[in-house]
Amino acid sequence: MARIIVVTSGKGGVGKTTTSASISTGLAKRGHKTVVIDFDVGLRNLDLIMNCERRVVYDFVNVIQGEATLNQALIRDKRVDTLYILPASQTREKEALTKDGVEQVINELSETFDYIVCDSPAGIEHGAQMALYYADEAVVVTNPEVSSVRDSDRILGILQSKSRRAEMGQDPVKEHLLLTRYNPDRVEKGEMLSVGDVEEILAIPLLGVIPESQIVLNASNQGVPVILEEDSDAGQAYDDAVARLLGEEREHRFMTSQKKGFFSRMFKGG
Amino acid sequence: MSFLDYFKGKKKNSANVAKERLQIIVAHERGQRDQPDYLPKLQQELLEVIRKYVQISDDMVQVEVDRNDSCSVLELNVTLPER
Repeated sequence: MARIIVVTSGKGGVGKTTTSASISTGLAKRGHKTVVIDFDVGLRNLDLIMNCERRVVYDFVNVIQGEATLNQALIRDKRVDTLYILPASQTREKEALTKDGVEQVINELSETFDYIVCDSPAGIEHGAQMALYYADEAVVVTNPEVSSVRDSDRILGILQSKSRRAEMGQDPVKEHLLLTRYNPDRVEKGEMLSVGDVEEILAIPLLGVIPESQIVLNASNQGVPVILEEDSDAGQAYDDAVARLLGEEREHRFMTSQKKGFFSRMFKGG
Repeated sequence: MSFLDYFKGKKKNSANVAKERLQIIVAHERGQRDQPDYLPKLQQELLEVIRKYVQISDDMVQVEVDRNDSCSVLELNVTLPER
């Protein structure tokens, strides 16, 4: 039985796809057979972030509608060999994702994979609800900013009422907060909500804090999941988050501003 | 808080404003989220029944459901106009 993890947020542009790419790559790198599914029908982008956009032949909707087998649609990652990508359809309607169709695909994947990561589209409509419906766990990606925090709370409400676990009266979906685009300097100046503030408002356990970093754009430009940028703070923060997801205890890092000393400023030009 | 801020007078920083606004709106929306779907309709129909006898405005009927572990309580508040 695979563990099904949805990466969701409500609000768009907060880093869901970036996070899905990194978490799935991180799980696979640790030897777990992992598949990451793009649920954003019509606006597929996970393929670009994972650098396999030119290898897409069949997609998620083709599989649901019986036009292709799962094996035909799954794309094996070229960097980590236990990682597979199931791309979204670019041409179909969002309604092509039916509850039964998604269940069938997830059940089949469940037989051979350890982890199924579902990259949710933005919003709280059909696509987002399909992405979270079968989840065992949810990574709620949030920026330290009012609209993102409010939308995250909204999506938490949906997880608690409209997921399969909620409808069946099973144990609730396990929720994790992942705070992204965090800028400790601005927090210290009182210009940005702190980790503590967001934790207090959303009241769910903190999985990790990803610092705002230029590396993230550089990585997406090249189709490299951020977690593979192992020397960068954001890459290491994602690695910590994956470790915590697997039950490892790791201290939170990159939450305070790194004040540059005189010498490092002189020599690094920062 | 820097030395200069002392002279400028302690203005609330924007992160604190954000936090306070969020706490209020999130609490409000959570309260609504937990209410059953039929509540708005129930409120509307109650309003109509009461209006057969007393003239009241829309906001004078409040309906809420309080859930405990063992039972739910439907709380109905009707404010009657002054005579």
